[in-house]
This record gives sequence, C-alpha cells and structure tokens, in this order.
Amino acid sequence: MKTAVIQFPGSNCDRDAVHAFGNILGLPADLVWHKESSLGGAELVVLPGGFSFGDYLRCGAIARFSPIMAAVCEFAENGGVVLGICNGFQILCEAGLLPGVLIRNECLEFRCRTVQLRVEDAGPHFNREKLGDRLAIPVAHGEGNYLIDREGLTALQENRQILFRYAARGSAGDPQLENPNGSVGDIAGIRNQMGNVIGMMPHPERAVETFHPSRDGVPILKAVVETARSAADVKV
Amino acid sequence: MKVTVFVTPKKNVLDPQGAAIAHAMTSLGFKNLKGARMGKVIELEIEGEPGDDFNASVDKICKDLLSNPVIEDYRWTLDEAGR
Repeated sequence: MKTAVIQFPGSNCDRDAVHAFGNILGLPADLVWHKESSLGGAELVVLPGGFSFGDYLRCGAIARFSPIMAAVCEFAENGGVVLGICNGFQILCEAGLLPGVLIRNECLEFRCRTVQLRVEDAGPHFNREKLGDRLAIPVAHGEGNYLIDREGLTALQENRQILFRYAARGSAGDPQLENPNGSVGDIAGIRNQMGNVIGMMPHPERAVETFHPSRDGVPILKAVVETARSAADVKV
Repeated sequence: MKVTVFVTPKKNVLDPQGAAIAHAMTSLGFKNLKGARMGKVIELEIEGEPGDDFNASVDKICKDLLSNPVIEDYRWTLDEAGR
C-alpha cells in the first residue's frame, strides 16, 4: 500500500505522517512535494497537518490550488482513499472533496491538548466494534470548528458519514472531554458519501508511540489503510 | 484599475471573531451595540477595461479563491480613478 504524504509549504506534520505509515504500519511511505503533478503510483494519499501557506486568506484555501491537488482530486474521484488530518481536513473542505468548512474555534484560542473521541458507526472499518468506544487523540488547531448547514448535517448523519465526535460538550467541564472548538454536533472527523475521502481535526499520527499521550492513533490509521485496501479490491 | 473586494461572513454563520469584538466593545462601555461582524478587505490592482468580461473575471476569482461561498459573501467596488 504505497502511501504519498503531500508536503505543502508550511506543512509540519508531514514527517510524523511518514513515520506513522512507514515505520509504525510498515508501509512504503514517501513525501510528495506540492508542485509535483503526479502521485507516483500511490495507493493512499495523506494531506498532513500544519499551516500550509501560513493559513493566509483561509486555512487550506491556497493549498487547494497547488499543482498536486489536481492529481489528488482525480485520485479521489476514481475512488482512491485520501486522509486529511487537521490542515489536511481544511484543505479537503476547501477543495470541495468533503462538505462543510472549518472556521475559527468558538473560544478563539489555539487548542493543543489530548481529547477523548467518541467513535461513531460509520461503515465496515470505522465503528465501535473495530475501534472501541473511546479514543484519546491529540488536537492542535485554531480553526477546527466544523460548520455545515442543517441539510448537510442531516445528510452526514443519515449516510453515517460522521466518524468521530468529541466526547462531551461544555466549556467548564473536563478539558479532555469537552469539544475544543465548538464544532456543530461535536464533529471531529467525517468521510465523504463514497467513504474514500476522510477528514479529521485530531492527529492520529501523534498517537502511535509509547511516549505519545496514547497509541490510539494506530487503529485509526489501520482503519484508513483497510479502507484503501477495500477500495483497491473493488477496483480490481 | 483598483478593485476592492469585501468578504464578510454570511448572516446565518457563526462569527466568533465578530462576537469577541462585540463582547470587548460592550466591556468598554460602548452603548447601543446591536452586533459586530468581521470580514476581510482585499485590494487588487488589475489591468483591463471595465465591462462584462472584466466583471466576470473578478466574480470568478472571488468565488474560487477569495471567498468560501459556504460561509462567506463577497462584494466588490471598482475605482477607475485608481488606475
């Protein structure tokens, strides 16, 4: 499962993603510079976290027009699996590969902490049976407040497109449990209707080592790889 | 020509920055504030003549890049004297 991690100017979780997919999951994982026009035969694409183009204009708005994004969009339209983490999620929303948008955190603060995620039932690879009820994953973002209109939210729920929610809402509660950004429905991660484009604000690649806050990122990344394997089977 | 683009959050979209500004104004004792919304101003210098093609090209870049139509509205003004 050849994995391409796209590197934009300002990406800063690109090497963590290569480490997680390469060294932890043992997949061939390479960085691909945003000016490239080809994914080089990759079977799984990761848009990593960071601050592409300094978050100028809107988060992800400029990266979305990088040359490599034409190849990423074509890959996704053909059923290829794309994972966007944090800034990668923002880029996928700006590119129209995922519905909705990520706006400034309700609290206006950059939130950097480990949060508890509630696993939703979102298909064969993302569900409580496979992943467990709760996962502890770090977040680090200033613009993670997921927003979508009422019809869009209904569609996400009806199509089981919500992968993860923050465990609880409220500003005075346990910081590990609360929604760190005010996202609608406490949404932390979603997929597109086809299931091959996945976006999440929390960082699974920062929860893969024993010295990390948890190793709960490993099953999430494995679920992404399983999704890509299933997609490849369908294509054959 | 000088084109000034105003990008503002849609009326039904939460605007945490506008809310923070409103909160600060109220804290400072500013009376009669009914609301504050925060957007962006983008000043462009564009070569060309006013007309349908020019307007269409500005509208296109406003929709594609300068605003996100999911959450933002845009409008722009043309200052021909600014050439």
